[in-house]
Amino acid sequence: MAEMTLVEAVNLALARAMEDDPDVVVLGEDVGINGGVFRATIGLQTRFGPERVLDTPLAELLISGLCVGMAAQGLKPIGEIQFMGFLYPCIDQLVNHASRIRNRTQGRLTCPMVLRTPHGAGIRAPEHHSESTEAMLAHIPGLRVVIPSSPERAYGLLLAAIRDPDPVVFLEPTRIYRAAKGEVEDNGQALPLDVAFVLRGGRDVTLISWGAMVKETMAAADALAADGIAAEVVDLATLKPYDEITVLGSVAKTGRCVIVHEATRTGGFGAEIAALIAERSLTSLLAPVARVTGYDTVIPMARLEQQFMPSVDRIVTAARQACQFS
Amino acid sequence: MASKKMPDGGLPVIARFEVRHRNYLAPDGSINRPLPAFASDADLLTALYRAMMLLRNFDRKAVALQRTGRLGTYAVSLGQEAVSVGIASAMRAEDVLLPSYRDNGALIWRGVRLEEILLFWGGDERGNRFSGPVEDFPFCVPVGSQAPHAAGVAYAFKLRKQPRVAVCMFGDGATSKGDVYEAMNFAGVHKLPVVFVATNNQWAISVPLRLQTGCETLAQKAIAAGFIGEQVDGSDVVAIRAAAEAAIAAAREGQGPRFIEAVTYRLGDHTTSDDALRYRSADEVQARWKEEPIARLRNYLVGNKMWSKAQEEQLAAECHERVEAAVERYLATEPRRPETMFDHLYADLPGVYAAQRRELEGEGDG
Repeated sequence: MAEMTLVEAVNLALARAMEDDPDVVVLGEDVGINGGVFRATIGLQTRFGPERVLDTPLAELLISGLCVGMAAQGLKPIGEIQFMGFLYPCIDQLVNHASRIRNRTQGRLTCPMVLRTPHGAGIRAPEHHSESTEAMLAHIPGLRVVIPSSPERAYGLLLAAIRDPDPVVFLEPTRIYRAAKGEVEDNGQALPLDVAFVLRGGRDVTLISWGAMVKETMAAADALAADGIAAEVVDLATLKPYDEITVLGSVAKTGRCVIVHEATRTGGFGAEIAALIAERSLTSLLAPVARVTGYDTVIPMARLEQQFMPSVDRIVTAARQACQFS
Repeated sequence: MASKKMPDGGLPVIARFEVRHRNYLAPDGSINRPLPAFASDADLLTALYRAMMLLRNFDRKAVALQRTGRLGTYAVSLGQEAVSVGIASAMRAEDVLLPSYRDNGALIWRGVRLEEILLFWGGDERGNRFSGPVEDFPFCVPVGSQAPHAAGVAYAFKLRKQPRVAVCMFGDGATSKGDVYEAMNFAGVHKLPVVFVATNNQWAISVPLRLQTGCETLAQKAIAAGFIGEQVDGSDVVAIRAAAEAAIAAAREGQGPRFIEAVTYRLGDHTTSDDALRYRSADEVQARWKEEPIARLRNYLVGNKMWSKAQEEQLAAECHERVEAAVERYLATEPRRPETMFDHLYADLPGVYAAQRRELEGEGDG
């Protein structure tokens, strides 16, 4: 076991996957000698060679489209998009090809690819570098959308994503790339996809979150505990397809639910979870489901990004209101 | 073209480029230049002729099926049969084809059954799980978006040191898309074994070539990606086959990608949902009929005693029989059960979708 940051855990999982499987190929802008803009691929080109760790031309659509072609040939490509704001040219490839080539060919061709990209705001980055548009991706049938919230889960979930026979978009929470530290054992063990993680048990209120926002959600649970409110914290981890059973089980127990995400509110993934609870667990609810989210605005540039994102206070307030509802 | 030249101002020229044009057969079947070696093989030439005839007959029947409500929207190859047939004829089985939606001729040459093509255009995904080479891609409908796949496939060939070639086919409209340029650019960087084929049939639905590009040729687009682009008379199947042979052989030998612009003319509507008379005159179309590829090859074959009236009659009967038998098999194919729409969504259906799948069970019984 070694203590490491989340981005180091990503690097460790990539190296492990490349070591274990000669079909794994890493491609993207600056992923070679530079090791990627966040250094997630550092050392890989030296270790595995420029044919398996390749710097692509500056063309995001190409990166995603190459992955589809390589994957159809049985390679396991891992594309890197430098920031989520630059992912949008890949949407055509994800929607029209990656996610449906298995269905289009009735299983004749498949697409075991991973597209990695940093997710979210909070690092005072330039314009277009702070996106959290995961709900858009989670709307695509046939795709998996995964987002870890700790080094341990980054390692285990990325290995699972690489080994999965279907396309996975792997979102990496930029804000905690280096801020999150934890023990990771390089044991090659994948964590299960499509499964949520209950990070903290509690009987009074369920707090559901994912990615970097899990940090604030856990801090809110600490603050609530000081008030005698026992919050259960669920890290959704896989948004597509997501673990309905864990969500419904927790809400059945607590009767109260606050969903926390950084992305804008309307049409955000929180709306999907709230609808699920309304459809399947209405009678267990003791209070309306609440959402603590980014505002329905364009994500502001650095000077206002902290005000845009859910704070610990906003989460605590929403949870208290849920507990006081009568 | 003088207008394209920059005033030299005494500056040195540091690079020059050229684009060649390939043609052998004139519309009347006479020869413009010495034929390539394969043209002495009468069996090959007649096989190309048979394939083009089959395609034209198949198209005619498909349109009839569509008009009578038994097939969905369909894209005919009328006038450009030489391109898909000629290109596919130069490929090996182990090469990979990445076709666009009008490349039926290539699929049929590579072993896809006629009823499978009908199944696809009849709205059934099983048409794409076809009898052609198992690694070939299905028809690509979003224009040009298969070009990056071709580069990815070719990269896999190169990485694994396999002597195989990816062949990517698209139309003139696709050359306006970034997808195609991004793929060509990458293929040029890595000298990948891929051949890009643009069937320039002059029309992208209603938009003529002059609104698609300011270039004299589409072939020259390869120059910007660092490899050779050749323009070919796309109504001359001998020229197509020769260009494809050369390009595929070069790619297989590690010389990198090639680009073929096949200049032809779409004599039919864009699809059965289109009415081309809205944007081009019947006179224009009529004038282009004299260039069409089937009569051209027939003129050559008959003129050189390689094809007879009896053979022509026999072929017509064979085409009719083959197409009708395929139509029968297509029409006899039962629709998939509704719940099977979940069966190839993922390798294993996540449990969370089991309830939705169950909801569809029984829907097909009523």
